[in-house]
Amino acid sequence: MTVLDYAYVATFTMLGVGVLLVLYRLVRGPSVLDRIVCLNAVSVLVVSAITVEAAVRGDTAYIGLMVTVALLGFVGTLTAARFAERRAHDRG
Amino acid sequence: MTAADWITAVLLPLGALFALVGTVGLVRFPTLLGRMHAATKPDTVGLFLLLLGAAFQLPDLRSAAPLALVALFQAVTVPVLTQTLGRVAYSRGETDEEYLVTDELAEAVERARKDAE
Repeated sequence: MTVLDYAYVATFTMLGVGVLLVLYRLVRGPSVLDRIVCLNAVSVLVVSAITVEAAVRGDTAYIGLMVTVALLGFVGTLTAARFAERRAHDRG
Repeated sequence: MTAADWITAVLLPLGALFALVGTVGLVRFPTLLGRMHAATKPDTVGLFLLLLGAAFQLPDLRSAAPLALVALFQAVTVPVLTQTLGRVAYSRGETDEEYLVTDELAEAVERARKDAE
């Protein structure tokens, strides 16, 4: 294994541990907004992992996938946040 | 190993480290706004470093150009998300007042209420 291979392993390991930590916060909560923040953090970490995969393969075919996941993460988080706000108003 | 490989070997773990530090903050910080801050800013820096590191592994500059698009997209969407989430947290009363240094939104809300009357 070259230094680059070790770098890939270290990168994937750190991103994997990051996802596990986000999932811990996702389960713990306590607020619905915490879970929405976790949703966005997971999507950013997935985009990061796909970026590393693109580097491993030296392939540009992954870029469309990266843009799609980033877009879905953004729209999903924004929509969830707006729903949370509307429910607060209904209660009020 | 070429020079490009060495640059990638430094930038990728560094970017992942930023992402990891951000998620540690997401678990450890006591307030909602603090956790939101920790979850978004270091992740963005980490993604930038990862994208830059990945660009050195792609065959030419033209195929690496869309990576800049991903970086630009992240830089535009994250402030929108954090601003929206912060406002939602405020309207739900989930911002801890003892941790706030200033509360400029309260003044704005007060002004809006006066204007409405």
